[in-house]
Amino acid sequence: MPKVVINGKEYEVPAGITVFQACELAGIEIPHFCYHPRLNIAGNCRMCLVEIERSPKPVASCAMPVADGMVIRTDTPLVHKARKGVLEFLLINHPLDCPICDQGGECDLQDLTLFYGPDHSRFRENKRAVADKYLGPLISTHMTRCIHCTRCIRFLEEVAGVPELGAVERGEHMEITNWLERALTSELQGNVIDLCPVGALNSKPYAYRARSWELTKVESIDVMDAVGSNIRVDVRGNEVMRILPRLHEDVNEEWISDRSRFAYDGLKRRRLDVPMLRKAGRLEPVDWREALRALRERMAGLPGERIAFIVGDLACCESMLLVREFALRLESPHVDCRQDGAKLPASPRAAYLFNTSIRGIEEADLCLLIGTNPRWEAPLINARLRKRWRRGGFQVARIGASFDLTYPVEHLGDSPKLLERIAKGRHPFTKRLKAAERPMLILGMGALARPDGAAILHLARRIAESCGLVREDWNGFNVLHTAAARVGGLDLGLVPGEGGLDVAGILAAAERGEIELVYLLGADEIEVERLKGAFVVYQGSHGDRAAPHADLILPGAAYTEKNATYVNTEGRVQRARRAAFPPGEAREDWKILRAVSEAVGRTVPLDDLWAVQRRLVEVQPMLGRLDVVEPGAWGAFGEAGPVSDAPLSSPIQDFYLTNPICRASPTMRRCSLEILQGAPPPQEELALLGATGTHG
Amino acid sequence: MSPKEPRKPHGAIAPDVERFAFTPENLEKAKAVIARYPEGRQASAVLPLLHLAQDQHGGWLPQAALDYVAELLSMPRIKVYEVASFYDMFHLEPTAPIKVRVCTTTPCWLCGAEEVLKACREVLGCEVGENSPDGRFFLREFECLGACANAPVMWIGEDYFEDLDYERTKAVLEAIKRGERPKPGPQSGRRGSMPAGGKTTLLDLD
Repeated sequence: MPKVVINGKEYEVPAGITVFQACELAGIEIPHFCYHPRLNIAGNCRMCLVEIERSPKPVASCAMPVADGMVIRTDTPLVHKARKGVLEFLLINHPLDCPICDQGGECDLQDLTLFYGPDHSRFRENKRAVADKYLGPLISTHMTRCIHCTRCIRFLEEVAGVPELGAVERGEHMEITNWLERALTSELQGNVIDLCPVGALNSKPYAYRARSWELTKVESIDVMDAVGSNIRVDVRGNEVMRILPRLHEDVNEEWISDRSRFAYDGLKRRRLDVPMLRKAGRLEPVDWREALRALRERMAGLPGERIAFIVGDLACCESMLLVREFALRLESPHVDCRQDGAKLPASPRAAYLFNTSIRGIEEADLCLLIGTNPRWEAPLINARLRKRWRRGGFQVARIGASFDLTYPVEHLGDSPKLLERIAKGRHPFTKRLKAAERPMLILGMGALARPDGAAILHLARRIAESCGLVREDWNGFNVLHTAAARVGGLDLGLVPGEGGLDVAGILAAAERGEIELVYLLGADEIEVERLKGAFVVYQGSHGDRAAPHADLILPGAAYTEKNATYVNTEGRVQRARRAAFPPGEAREDWKILRAVSEAVGRTVPLDDLWAVQRRLVEVQPMLGRLDVVEPGAWGAFGEAGPVSDAPLSSPIQDFYLTNPICRASPTMRRCSLEILQGAPPPQEELALLGATGTHG
Repeated sequence: MSPKEPRKPHGAIAPDVERFAFTPENLEKAKAVIARYPEGRQASAVLPLLHLAQDQHGGWLPQAALDYVAELLSMPRIKVYEVASFYDMFHLEPTAPIKVRVCTTTPCWLCGAEEVLKACREVLGCEVGENSPDGRFFLREFECLGACANAPVMWIGEDYFEDLDYERTKAVLEAIKRGERPKPGPQSGRRGSMPAGGKTTLLDLD
């Protein structure tokens, strides 16, 4: 390990790192704009200049590898002068519009100028002005503010794998653009807003809505997919103003997908904020007392086997626990948390987990995707796969519909019959799986949510067992969920009990009149029309697909409005925290279920969140161990049987509209129209672009 | 310009096109260039290919040509735009096929580049940055052409014309206008960049 001297103290640092990183390890902060630990080195902002002995000029530390015996100084007059000079140059063309800039208060340029910059400008000429660019419905631009650090270009090229931004022209005329002014198409594009060290790229939905210092920051968990991204919810009053990522190396690193970041405006629209009861064919607002009374009357004398529960994709563990306890007391076996009909068992645990873990992807050397499009189902898992691919020595093959995943994928075919051949060793891929050191397979909901899903699961298990995917030190069997609630639901055993019906069975039985009451906990992705014959109770936050068909609506809380537990696709248990209160009469979901159980005389005796969470741990001890991934028990699962020839595909048809919150969000709707369906951008927005953003 | 049509070196401005493709001969040339680079590094061929495309399209690059090159090299389109906009030798706006580039950097300027520009304006009938009315010439200033010893300098097609003044510039341009190809190099009669007043060293050499 090289020894270096930094500011007179000797340090031993790992070989191969840069001077910048060595200084960071030594706890010395070096100001920078273009350097970012997760992106390639550009070395173009010159802010990180330091003095190195025997070097005639100051050196850009981010691009300089450490060498043994280097003597580095970061606090000499020369370094201070260099920083001051760089900032003065950057500020020559940077507008002084901090008071109206959305980045104000959290701007690197502002902060560094305060600490290292000059106190005035000697530049008397005109500043340059750059026309704003149209980058789509999510990112607003003020290109005059751009300091050309190229972080946005590097992010889209390296992490997102969708190289759409570039720097055209050169020198003084250099501009960041997507050239044709079309919307960016990456699902991770929102991250360039965080990466931008100045106010050039801002969030369009958040533009001019709030100042960063007036927001309350609440650390929480995202539910838009099953990755369980760590997020920070920024609220003002009772309103969610924006959502930002939070660092978690094992889950989302420091990125989040656009759905996680921008769907929050759906939290303010189409909300169910008052209980409603169908009277003479019309849903009418009622108070809680009347709603509960109506339910009691409807449920009086109804035997358990005539009542069914379907749990939706955004439900938290607390409310699902109440469903479980309530159904037990009603003696109803018809409980299902798999509203897409995925043929997943509730045990062993390894059967439904992403066992390799998200970080574990970085150790794999061969990956087989089965009926999944990770780019849409879990953009951050796809980003990990891409990260692994970029390092080299990683091959990805796919069985299922083709889709550009931003890295090369070998297409084996789209029929599940191929799995049979691989399992029996009659396909060349078997050999490659066996030869690989750390092979993995990812089984998507597209492969499981179909009539032969259990047989496909069985085949996948056989492949995993026979090709060395499951060993003492490695588990390459992965199920990629699309619903944030799913793993928690399976952990709590929310699958049909003995004699119980699954979602398809419940729908059919309701049509036949065998099931008279269906309780939907935020379940919107089912064919609700088929429940006409039954009394439908919908408990949830949004008036989406199911609510119009309900007979009784109980308004619940969204994920930002409750302290709740979620389990991600790896089996990682994480807690979301309340950032705002549910609107109007809406209540936290476990409380509603608790009240309902009491109203119908089958009280679940859990009276506060503490009791609920204690009971959670009793039912499933795993749920008490936060933020760890424990290897799931392996065992026999899936059912041997014939598989059909129907092609495998992803269950997600539209990345931006996958759940009730997204569908209520105008931003997501616009993304779907412009980015996926190619609708032209709004003319009034394009008309504003001729301006340079800062001339009034 | 349709791909089959031969290049017209003295033609008018080529139109903007929806589609662009190399002529069979140019495609052969392009393939030879691409083959110079190792597998997976085809993007290195972007500069020669852009030049080839620009020559084929009468001196400028329509967007269709950039997209065509990007596809040929499996590059992201924006990367080709970056390169094409970075270098001054590529023209992304409709420009006439004969580029008259006059060096106006300090040494040439001191030696009379203004006079050269004046002659250009008069003979071509257009301002700097414009196409001539006959659609054959494009006049522009250029940063240092690197021939300061023979300042002032003008660069047309593949030839440098050096040691210019007002009259000599006029003569060169008029000859080109007539379709001739005037002798490139110093127009003052001296050889290369030897001293203007005759040799002072190596007197025994011819």
